Amino acid sequence: MRSLTFTVAAGCLSAGLAMAETPVLTVYAPDYFVSEWGPGPKIEELFEARCACDLQFKPGDLLPRILLEGDRTEADVVIGLNTDVTKKARESGLFAPHGVDLSPLTLPLEWTDEVFLPFNYGHTAFVYDTTRIDTPPASFDALLDAPDDLRLVIQDPRSSISGLALVLWVQAVYGDGAEAAWDKLAPKIVTATKGWSESYGMFTDGEVDMVLSYTTSPAYHIIAEGDETKKAAIFPEGHYFMVELAAKLAGTDQPELADQFMSFVLSEDFQGMIATGNWSIPAALSQDKWPEGFQKLDLPEKVLFYTEDEAAELRAEAVEAWRRALSR
Amino acid sequence: MLRLEDLQVAMDASALKVDLALPPGRRVALLGPSGAGKSTLLDAIAGFRVATQGRILWQGRDLTQSRPDARPVSILFQDSNLFPHLTLARNLCLALHPDGRRPDDEANARIEGALRRVGLEGMADRKPGTLSGGQQGRAALARVLLMARPVILLDEPFAALGPALKREMLDLVREVGESLAALVVMVTHDPRDAAGWAQDVVFVAEGVAHPPVPTDRFFGDPPQAFRDYIGEIG
Amino acid sequence: MAARALAVSAALALAFLTLGPVAVVLARAGGFATLGPGDWQAVRFTLWQALLSASFSVVLAVPVAKALARRRFVGRALLVTLLGAPFILPVIVAVMGLIAVFGQAGLVNAGLTALGLPTIDIYGVHGVVLAHVFFNLPLAVRMLFSAWQAVPAEHFRLAASLGLGVQAQWRVIDGPLMVRVLPGAFTVIFVICLTSFAVALTLGGGPRATTVELAIYQAMRFEFDLGRAAALAVLQLALALAAGLVALRVSGQSGFGAGRDREVPRWDGQGALPRLWDGAWILLAALFLLVPLLTAVMRGVPGLLLLGPDTLRAAGHSLMVALGSTALCMAWALPLASRRGELLALPAIAISPLVLGTGLFLIVRPFMNPFDMALPVTGLVNALMALPFALRILRPEAETVVRDYGRLRTTLRMTPLAWLRLVWLPRLRRPMGFAAGLTAALAMGDLGVIALFADPDRTTLPLQVYRLMGSYQMEAAAGAALLLLMLSLSLFWLFDRGGRVNAAT
Repeated sequence: MRSLTFTVAAGCLSAGLAMAETPVLTVYAPDYFVSEWGPGPKIEELFEARCACDLQFKPGDLLPRILLEGDRTEADVVIGLNTDVTKKARESGLFAPHGVDLSPLTLPLEWTDEVFLPFNYGHTAFVYDTTRIDTPPASFDALLDAPDDLRLVIQDPRSSISGLALVLWVQAVYGDGAEAAWDKLAPKIVTATKGWSESYGMFTDGEVDMVLSYTTSPAYHIIAEGDETKKAAIFPEGHYFMVELAAKLAGTDQPELADQFMSFVLSEDFQGMIATGNWSIPAALSQDKWPEGFQKLDLPEKVLFYTEDEAAELRAEAVEAWRRALSR
Repeated sequence: MLRLEDLQVAMDASALKVDLALPPGRRVALLGPSGAGKSTLLDAIAGFRVATQGRILWQGRDLTQSRPDARPVSILFQDSNLFPHLTLARNLCLALHPDGRRPDDEANARIEGALRRVGLEGMADRKPGTLSGGQQGRAALARVLLMARPVILLDEPFAALGPALKREMLDLVREVGESLAALVVMVTHDPRDAAGWAQDVVFVAEGVAHPPVPTDRFFGDPPQAFRDYIGEIG
Repeated sequence: MAARALAVSAALALAFLTLGPVAVVLARAGGFATLGPGDWQAVRFTLWQALLSASFSVVLAVPVAKALARRRFVGRALLVTLLGAPFILPVIVAVMGLIAVFGQAGLVNAGLTALGLPTIDIYGVHGVVLAHVFFNLPLAVRMLFSAWQAVPAEHFRLAASLGLGVQAQWRVIDGPLMVRVLPGAFTVIFVICLTSFAVALTLGGGPRATTVELAIYQAMRFEFDLGRAAALAVLQLALALAAGLVALRVSGQSGFGAGRDREVPRWDGQGALPRLWDGAWILLAALFLLVPLLTAVMRGVPGLLLLGPDTLRAAGHSLMVALGSTALCMAWALPLASRRGELLALPAIAISPLVLGTGLFLIVRPFMNPFDMALPVTGLVNALMALPFALRILRPEAETVVRDYGRLRTTLRMTPLAWLRLVWLPRLRRPMGFAAGLTAALAMGDLGVIALFADPDRTTLPLQVYRLMGSYQMEAAAGAALLLLMLSLSLFWLFDRGGRVNAAT
């Protein structure tokens, strides 16, 4: 009896020790990642199956939080960064090279960044409802020349990443004529919301005809709702490239696990799941392996993108041109 | 003896000057026109107003700097003498136990006794809102009885009552004062109240509270300022 | 003396929590950054829209509150409760509801089109003001309504027996009441509107409607320019304090004498015209406030079926936070229910939530893991943000109690505890119920500082709404928002009702 008690106690103790020794990988992720509809739970499940570790998401602000915490940050890895912050992030010196072989990438442009690793992408696009618009503008020029009763909703470039991407998109297409382009667009813009959610809500409620969103948005409606009436208007002038990135913290106390996670990001497990997990195009998966709904998407031939240095140089003036034109 | 020595109390635009003494156990009426400073004087005795000059003494003890709750005084205001949301028992119990505890058997017996003395037997569980004005005055007096302090101040608490009812209340005040052997000081602007009830009259007019005069002598040979006041009210 | 010590420590805690975070952010930034011309333009717009919003809210509240105070009709109590709902609605839900009514494809325009009339456009300064009035009119109405109810019946009886006309009654009763209540109500609403952000952006129609809070957001999240964020936050605080000081000067202290706790029967406004007038105002207010609410409910009903376990757990967390915030806020408010306390609390709603969150993050971080503190910090911040409203509601009544019974308390030599237990709390039950209900509802709906303190396992319901929207789950989000609305309203109703049932009679 006594020996049995002892055995059980020892068993519990060793189990407890094993628990305590399970290494923890702390991952900072955007808020929507961790909801039951976001990609977080799937990433956690897949990665924990191969790492004998405990992956813990800490949702919320990404770079602001890391910059506030400095080198005392708890984060080992951060996932969900956008290109608008990579320059600031790189200059902080808080991030380490990812060391992942980039040859599997299937992005529409060349990517050689050694610190920030893409995991999915899309493009800015105006999304519309085919039941309300028969013939969408066939080009950006056509959009500018569309009658002023075409109602658009966009996001504010000062508070929203997609809003900023739109401003850079217009800059890339029209260059010095960007402000004139905004002048033509202004009467059609109903409002510029704080974030993407408000805009998209207005669109699904029928308040506007077109919403600034992503080329991948229709995939959600096709796959989750069986609804093929939502489409992205594709413009021959090109669409601005939007990519989401992961990066490893230089000060991580779990360097092996962090490295393992970074390679996992480009693995087929991760890439196969991310399309429907995050409603974006996988960064390293050939098109024939995309889910069916994604294969039906209209995608642009031409992709526009500014490097972080170019963007940093253009950004202030591009936003100011937007502000001037829309304030008139 | 309640001594008010060379006392000066600030009023809205002027000041009230007082220099007088009131012996224990007396009934004193503060008589005078509206705005003369009767209530101001009462407030100064009770400690709600600070004297700018002079001293207040009770039985030789200096009260001038004492806080209102440290003075041997109970006061009835013109209104709001009872908490409307508490029963009479809880209201009266505050006189016995300022910590607000519920009345125990002994306290209940004393409360019931006090209510009987003022003619409110069996009404301990009523709230003030369910009583008439006269009954509310009686309840407040019952509390004064329980507080059992040697100085009782009344700031026209019965002004709103009819003449007959008011006389009844004044009789009750006399009883309460006598049973406590307390000095009772009552503000009134009605000479008839003073004549029928008070032993002494302190006439307050034009910024001065005159020393007390026995009631008979006061009304037998009224001062000129009082005649003017009477003349005014007709 | 004990009461004074309590008031001082409550005030110190308040000052530490409002000014501390700004100071910490400032220290971290190494000083203020200078503001650009765009920032000053944002300041001008912010002031202008806040001024308009607060003015319209209080001016329109007068006839509505007066009508509600002097009319008896079936469903009046329910209407009074429901009219409070917009104030506690999550911003995004309310904005969607307003768009569904006043937007291009909204009910109003559908009606106008059907009648062959030109349509209206909600987007612009007028849209921002409309939304702010929608949020804050109920608050102003409730404040006035409570004040009218606190007028002793004797005053109306006197007015009736004197046969006072409309103008005379206005001078004698209503006018002084306005002077007492309106400046405070105006200030609170003005200050709320100072920190407006998402409403101004969505309905403002573009960068013309740039507010200071947007500039702070931009500085904080996009440019990591803490110096600029701190400078803007201090500016916002200064504006709020200036407004508060002006309001304190304008509003007199005069109140009404102690009533006798009787139901207030009214004799005024018995003619056909006054009845029609009051009826019209009640109807208009009900339509304006309840129709957008109703659309939010309709949108949410199908989504209720999509609520997952995550959302239900989030609802549980939010309830916990709301109840904790309410208890804290009440304990905090009672010792501060004075003019000085109210002024001191004003910064709590004027301080940018972003700067507050960042400051708290910097303060907490050296000692504790911010993630573990998510719910406690949210509860604390919600209590802090609700404090000015609680004080606005409690202060006039608290002062009345002191004025009416302070001398009786002294002469009875009541102990502080006896005063608190037997007089203070029972006499303040009605406003406390209202204040607690408001706090609970606000704490249910407020996002607070969660962006830096998020805990994946302890999400609150409003955050869940945003997460669902961010994952294309618009319908589920509407359902979760409806759940949030129902819970907020239930809490509000329970507390408010609890304060009124058998209150101090």
